Amino acid sequence: MKGDPHDASARVRLAHGAGGPAMRALIESVFLDGVTDPEARALGDAAVLPLGDRFLVLSTDAHVVMPPFFPGGDIGRLSVSGVVNDLAMAGCCDVLGLTSSVIVEEGFPIESLRRIHRSMQIACAEANTRIVSGDTKVMQKGEVDGVVLSTSGVGITDRVVRDSGLLPGDIVIATGTLGDHGLAVLSARHALGLEGELRSDVAPLNGLVRAVLASAGSKLHAMKDPTRGGVTSALTEMAQKASISIVIDEAALPLSAAARAAAELLGIDPLSVANEGKALLGVEASAAPEVLRALHAHPLGVHAACIARVTEGEPGAVWLDTGFGTRRLIERDDLPLPRIC
Amino acid sequence: MTEQRKLEFRDVARGRALQQRLADLVARAGRDVTLMHVCGSHEQAFARYGLRSRFPQGLRVQMGPGCPVCVTDAPEIDAAVALAERGYRVLTYGDMLRVPGSSDSLMDARARGARVDVIYAATQAAEIARGSREPVVFFATGFETTAVATAAVLLNAPPANLFVLSAHKWVPAAMEIVAESPETQIEGYLAAGHAATITGCGLFEPFVERYRRPVVVAGFEPLDILAALVLLVEQVLGGKAEVVNAFPRAVTKNGNQRALTALFKVFETDAGEWRGIARVPRGNLRLREAFAAHDASLRFSGEFAAPKLPRDGALECCCGGIMTGRLTPTDCRLFGSKCRPDTPVGACMVSSEGACRIWYDLREREASE
Amino acid sequence: MCLGVPGRVIEIEGSTALVDFWGVRRKVALDIVDEDVSLGDHVLVHVGFAIRRIAPEDLAETLAFFETLTSEALEGLER
Repeated sequence: MKGDPHDASARVRLAHGAGGPAMRALIESVFLDGVTDPEARALGDAAVLPLGDRFLVLSTDAHVVMPPFFPGGDIGRLSVSGVVNDLAMAGCCDVLGLTSSVIVEEGFPIESLRRIHRSMQIACAEANTRIVSGDTKVMQKGEVDGVVLSTSGVGITDRVVRDSGLLPGDIVIATGTLGDHGLAVLSARHALGLEGELRSDVAPLNGLVRAVLASAGSKLHAMKDPTRGGVTSALTEMAQKASISIVIDEAALPLSAAARAAAELLGIDPLSVANEGKALLGVEASAAPEVLRALHAHPLGVHAACIARVTEGEPGAVWLDTGFGTRRLIERDDLPLPRIC
Repeated sequence: MTEQRKLEFRDVARGRALQQRLADLVARAGRDVTLMHVCGSHEQAFARYGLRSRFPQGLRVQMGPGCPVCVTDAPEIDAAVALAERGYRVLTYGDMLRVPGSSDSLMDARARGARVDVIYAATQAAEIARGSREPVVFFATGFETTAVATAAVLLNAPPANLFVLSAHKWVPAAMEIVAESPETQIEGYLAAGHAATITGCGLFEPFVERYRRPVVVAGFEPLDILAALVLLVEQVLGGKAEVVNAFPRAVTKNGNQRALTALFKVFETDAGEWRGIARVPRGNLRLREAFAAHDASLRFSGEFAAPKLPRDGALECCCGGIMTGRLTPTDCRLFGSKCRPDTPVGACMVSSEGACRIWYDLREREASE
Repeated sequence: MCLGVPGRVIEIEGSTALVDFWGVRRKVALDIVDEDVSLGDHVLVHVGFAIRRIAPEDLAETLAFFETLTSEALEGLER
């Protein structure tokens, strides 16, 4: 098969960066080859390392979004939020510090770098953390496109949450409207003609997650943020890792008016595009009402809703109940959306 | 449309009631009932809403030759590819770009440097031609709803350098082809609501007279489709063969006369080869003599290369059987394995209205991967 | 690309209308629609051309038609 990572003559394709099956295959075959460490093999968004009777949580992210400034945010805000959210999804809400590597193209406006930096400072303040170390590289014009940011973060937590802990009977809650980031960036890149509240949702979630942990305690079984590949990819991974099935209730999905327009008119599925300020929470059914209350009381969780239930069934299967029937949601990596995060 | 109105055609409670009625009817029949629709958009609606997952046992709704790109014959595509390779600027709707003719697609030609562009509206073809000094060829595909747009452009003082290579098709012929076939098991037809907006539903009267099979014209919301299926099954079980309009908000008996007049001023029906289906009388729409000055098939008639050898795997391709409703995508050995959206073998996998593409995108795939 | 989508006319200039579809706006040609179209009307659009004006009374007729069909079905359920 073209681009099969097990084929010695194969080359990297755009699909390998889409967050779906092709990317996982690449990681398995190249980056996990010869790696036995269970933490690495768990392929969590963040790594958890025991530190005495607590845990050190560590993560790294790179951002290549094009254009660097889009409605609702920019690459700087994205880089800080991305890594803070990786830590938060592991249950770590206290971020000790971030590092930031900047690779910038010759000719990139310095004023734009300033804007990006200011934006990163604002996001750090929201996340109650700071950038403590960095690196800067300049590449010749044409050797890199605009600016690339690589950010790492470290935190400490008492409690760890994984994306593999879903149990049959659990409810999946989405913390807000879906598809906003992916659609905003697509719209900024091509004239999609979508109007209204089409803005990226990019935001650090550690404050929101703190409220969720306080409310749900041990009844929160799993968490994941639906970035590349959207809700479909995130739920597929959660379902595979926990060996269960998930059924999404289409009528319950929180969607903005613009996302609905994109779905109806342009055929873009909001469940398949990235979110950068949302989380999927797998909670014991009895805890769902309380968790929703806690979310609704927080500015980043006002549109939170129960969107799916976890069932026994084919491991890794994600179904969509449309109200008129059910269909299987399959991850796509034959049509990747490049450079949206 | 306001949320309220949309919801009324997607109201889940009403949907349940209709699904129950359908189940009761089929149960009462005590036998299988096989119906057909001839519209890519209907297939998309079936898949997108998961309608078949709640069909009663024994109800089958096959997709017929309702994908205009899928039935465009290889030589027609070869002609467009040949023109592109000879350096002419070729415009086409998105779906047609990746469909291979006898060997290459327009996208293959583009990868080798040909000037091929995708347009979203027929009016764009005229605009582009006006902005250019050289010949611009519009490879025009689609059924009559789309052909009407091409006709409107040609009737509106088109620039002299705009040439239309018409691969337009006439959808009622699709139903006739299936009904004619002696092995057909189709007992009733769901007609395409949007095409009927143009042609009117009266068009199907001769069809039901001749073939004694009911036709119900259906819209595209889930309630539209379920209601139409109920009406169709009722007729089938009652031994009736009438034309019923289940899409009255858009379809009338006589259709849009203004559009029809425009259509037949510019086009006439002609026999043609449909890909995978062979000869279809009155299946093609070709430009009338009065529009010879804009007819690419006349202007460039000396410049079409001979058809090349068929693609690898083409012999195993089941598009013909799929398009006539005898097979489903999962019956094809190539489906999901050798034939996928990024490596398509047949047109049904390329076009967003092809049954195979729709099943691949919106349905569970077989374990042949 | 999307087949026959209904939208609401929000502006008209000569034979072109600006139509709103769930918050997305597109220019639409009125050359082949067979009735006069006014602001606020709904039209069915295909590849940039309005192919039909959807009259409010037709909408009501369809809804009533569904009502009959579904109430019969609902009666069936109750039996």
